[in-house]
Amino acid sequence: MAQPAALRATPLNAVHRSMGARMVDFGGWDMPVDYGSILEEHHAVRRRVGLFDVSHMGEIEIRGRQAFDLVNYVTPSGVARLQPGQAQYSALLYAHGGFVDDILIYKVADDHYFLCVNASTQEKDYRQICSANRWDAQVEFTSERWAQLAIPGPFAERTLQKLTPVRLSGIRYYHFTDGEVAGAPARIARTGYTGEDVFEIFIPPAEAARLWQAVLEAGAEFGIRPCGLGARNTLRLEAGMALYGHEIHAAVTPLEAGLDRMTKLEKGDFVGRDALLGQSRRGVSRKLTAFEMRDRAIARDGYEVLVDGVPSGWVTSGGPSPTLNRNIGFCYLPVAAARPGVAIQVVVRGRPAAGETVAAPFYKRAPA
Amino acid sequence: MYPDNYRYTKEHEWVSLEGDIGAVGITDHAQNELGDIVYVQLPAVGEAVAQGKSFGSVESVKAVSDIFAPVSGVVVAVNEALAETPEKLNEDPHGEAWLVKVRLSNPAEIEGLLTAAAYQEYIGSS
Repeated sequence: MAQPAALRATPLNAVHRSMGARMVDFGGWDMPVDYGSILEEHHAVRRRVGLFDVSHMGEIEIRGRQAFDLVNYVTPSGVARLQPGQAQYSALLYAHGGFVDDILIYKVADDHYFLCVNASTQEKDYRQICSANRWDAQVEFTSERWAQLAIPGPFAERTLQKLTPVRLSGIRYYHFTDGEVAGAPARIARTGYTGEDVFEIFIPPAEAARLWQAVLEAGAEFGIRPCGLGARNTLRLEAGMALYGHEIHAAVTPLEAGLDRMTKLEKGDFVGRDALLGQSRRGVSRKLTAFEMRDRAIARDGYEVLVDGVPSGWVTSGGPSPTLNRNIGFCYLPVAAARPGVAIQVVVRGRPAAGETVAAPFYKRAPA
Repeated sequence: MYPDNYRYTKEHEWVSLEGDIGAVGITDHAQNELGDIVYVQLPAVGEAVAQGKSFGSVESVKAVSDIFAPVSGVVVAVNEALAETPEKLNEDPHGEAWLVKVRLSNPAEIEGLLTAAAYQEYIGSS
């Protein structure tokens, strides 16, 4: 029999284990799910500050005279509006309009784009971009050169500011700059996945363990906690952010996933445009919809959703919301039911449990 | 950690016998594997449970797990407090956070369960 492939590990794997992390196989990566309590880690991010190892995320860099043309063609978003030092949420699509992946585009310079992509899809993403490349642009797979830490929470700026000469208050949301953190070269971005203020730093893998420790020490006075993927999931769900493989995958399009704002059908040709134009003309038949449980039961990923007793969709992500103390989720529903205030039932272990559709996001932080 | 007078299952439940009434719960190992417990679904008083069959579920932030009856019988008491304070299952799984009490229909079933020493050996090697 063939041996299963060995799990991949980030440069911080031994650090996580030494800190008592509970490790799980996350899309082929050996990653911490928590360091004792998902709930405490979740609350630390909402109230204080957290530290996540997200080095499993992939990086793909596109350079050259026509780098813009390639990036603009393989994504549905308005890449032309990006200024150097600015980031944009986007996607890679198939010709049929389904997702290859969701990505962040960081424009470093007119001739250099830096893409941050999901861990389990990175090789597929790289092939997708290479196969579309008919420009004077070089596509490079650089995941091995970057570790990544995410530092979200109300005290994120004060924590990281102790370690860098870069004036962090000058970096606006979805912007970034290159600088130093604790003496190591770092790409410092105000991008994240939790609904809180946040910094993400892209750093050399050899510096990852030292910087992990430095951030923990800098954040100690604010009550920083190392956080695992369990809290990352509850935080992003409350913030209404999609997760690849759940809300978005090859069989759904950005128009169905409620990502119309990402999709610039008028920007010129891009992979998936014809399919999306057709879908836009006809109208989508189903849409991603947020819901809360009215019953005490917890809706989990994959559970069936009924409208008026009729099987109508499935839960893409569901679970408890530690901040709201309610059970929440996303599901795909026929467009007629895809609006707030519709009574639904989620089939929980064979029993229909009452829920109601609501407006997303579930959680929005108070303006600073 | 694991009381000597309890008996245990490989599915990580315990039973503590007093006369023909058995208190049933999940083990410390189980709560530790589950993480933060946020919801417990239990049968009602008067319902029958059968050894090895699911009689409810425990949900953590991440996942839902069946709980299996270590003994057969009829439920005579349910720990109602867990509905409001499921986190007690993380704090005191062998004591305050018992799940149900069952009037045993076949006390001989106890003999097939693991002793504290055997259970600890089992979780140590799994």
